[in-house]
Amino acid sequence: MLSPADFDALFLTFKVAGIATLLMLLLGTPLAWWLARTRSGWKGIINTVVALPLVLPPTVLGFYLLVLMGPAGAIGKITIWLGLGTLPFTFPGLVVASVLYSMPFVVQPLQAAFTSIGEQPLEAAATLRAGPLDTFFSVVMPLAKPGFLTAAILGFAHTVGEFGVVLMVGGNIPDKTRVVSVQIYNHVEALEYHEAHWLAGGLLLFSFSVLMLLYTALKTHPVANPLK
Amino acid sequence: MTIIHARFLLDYGDFKLDVDLHLPGSGITVLFGHSGSGKTTLLRCIAGLQQAPRGFLEINGHIWQDSERGLFLPTYKRPLGYVFQEANLFPHLTVRANLHYGLKRIKQNHGAVKLEQAVELLGIGHLMARMPGHLSGGERQRVAIARALALNPEILLMDEPLASLDFKRKQEILPFLSRLHQQLDIPVLYVTHSQQEVAQLADTLVIMAEGQVLASGPLSETQSRLDVPLAQDREAATVWQAAVAEHEADYHLSRVAFAGGSLSIPAVDASVGTPLRIQIYARDVSIVLETPTATSILNVLPATITGIADGREGQAVVQVRVGTQALLAHITRKSALLLGLQIGMAVYVQIKGTSILN
Repeated sequence: MLSPADFDALFLTFKVAGIATLLMLLLGTPLAWWLARTRSGWKGIINTVVALPLVLPPTVLGFYLLVLMGPAGAIGKITIWLGLGTLPFTFPGLVVASVLYSMPFVVQPLQAAFTSIGEQPLEAAATLRAGPLDTFFSVVMPLAKPGFLTAAILGFAHTVGEFGVVLMVGGNIPDKTRVVSVQIYNHVEALEYHEAHWLAGGLLLFSFSVLMLLYTALKTHPVANPLK
Repeated sequence: MTIIHARFLLDYGDFKLDVDLHLPGSGITVLFGHSGSGKTTLLRCIAGLQQAPRGFLEINGHIWQDSERGLFLPTYKRPLGYVFQEANLFPHLTVRANLHYGLKRIKQNHGAVKLEQAVELLGIGHLMARMPGHLSGGERQRVAIARALALNPEILLMDEPLASLDFKRKQEILPFLSRLHQQLDIPVLYVTHSQQEVAQLADTLVIMAEGQVLASGPLSETQSRLDVPLAQDREAATVWQAAVAEHEADYHLSRVAFAGGSLSIPAVDASVGTPLRIQIYARDVSIVLETPTATSILNVLPATITGIADGREGQAVVQVRVGTQALLAHITRKSALLLGLQIGMAVYVQIKGTSILN
């Protein structure tokens, strides 16, 4: 069965994933909206940067974050100057790393959803006296609901499953940075296969249910615009 | 009276829009032209959905755009109503919520009355709880028109509202548009490439081609202009505004009066005084020099020739004035020559047939 240390790791994992998902939705929504609408030359490079964590080995991302957030790094200097200390091996550091790592899983579904809405509903809203922000909340958000659902679920699930970035940036500190994937690694290293089974199996079940939910829920919320 | 002044200059390389229009502040003004003539672009510039780099737009004394002063009112601040080619209802809202969407966002509170009037006029009261996905194309377009009217706009802009509908749906909506015409006093700018819609709806006609205005003015005046291709068209016609004057029940005929005369038409089921739009095809009009003493044609009217032009395939297009009304006649070039027709001549026109549009 699960040990108290396992439960701590589980609780920490869901806390990181929950906070990171909220932050990703807050930051990813305006970013995805900009990417979906802009004709700027920056679009290509920003799209690339956002998508980079999809192909980069997590250790590479983790390594650079570790250096950047360390006492000699640019981010580290800023956080020290702000009196926050340095971020590596802390809970906030873990959240920052998770946000960067899982961002494409939030931005890409949102961007696709925003693009598929098209120009027409926005123009209709403008002729009905709705300003840009008003239009976003009253027309774009409801029409992009499936996109938001996908973004939140994928962002959360992907954060729960991360390992490399976490190990590099967070380390293996109980209660502070030791998440489930690291705990499973610990069990395996200690040849505690029985304990590892419980956690690994749990994570497998979790991932399966989440994806299942996603695919069945989206079936009833087709993104397609019935007017097209 | 001119209430709308629109001047736009826009250059996309392969497409240019260059117009300077003064339009009346009442009735339906139809912007007519083939696709690519710039009529929809002009409408979108007026709505502010597209911004002409150089432009000036004044509606009812309010400046909506003046590029020289760097002034451009965004669409959502313009008191207009817009009907798109495809109804463009919000798919996530019921018909009722669609109708209230704009209403909630305007300050005046007499909007509710306008909405009731619009719902009644367009006959959509029974659709209120439905989602747009469960409406027919015609129903969707009627809801879209009501949604625009509910705002009590200063001007109503309609971009080919019937183009995406089949013939049956068109016939379902046209009467509503005619009623709208008679019951509402806001100016309407209506974009179409259909001559039928021009004949049925227009008070003022603007003919566009290649981003420019070829002609604009009152309907029958513009329809009968010899310098626009419309007059040469096989379907060329003139529409007169008339009113029922009397009924001749024995002959199954009605007489209608227009500015400067009257016509006999097949009996209409309308009371005396009812306004009618009478369409006279140019091919149904022939010209005689003296009043014929014996003819089966009832409508023989004195007229003055005001213009002659070559038509297609051996035809001549003759523009005449009957009273104050302009009229087109398509005759053969040979007849024009044999009769010695000239501008200023007093002649008679025989009208073989008329059609009533409303």
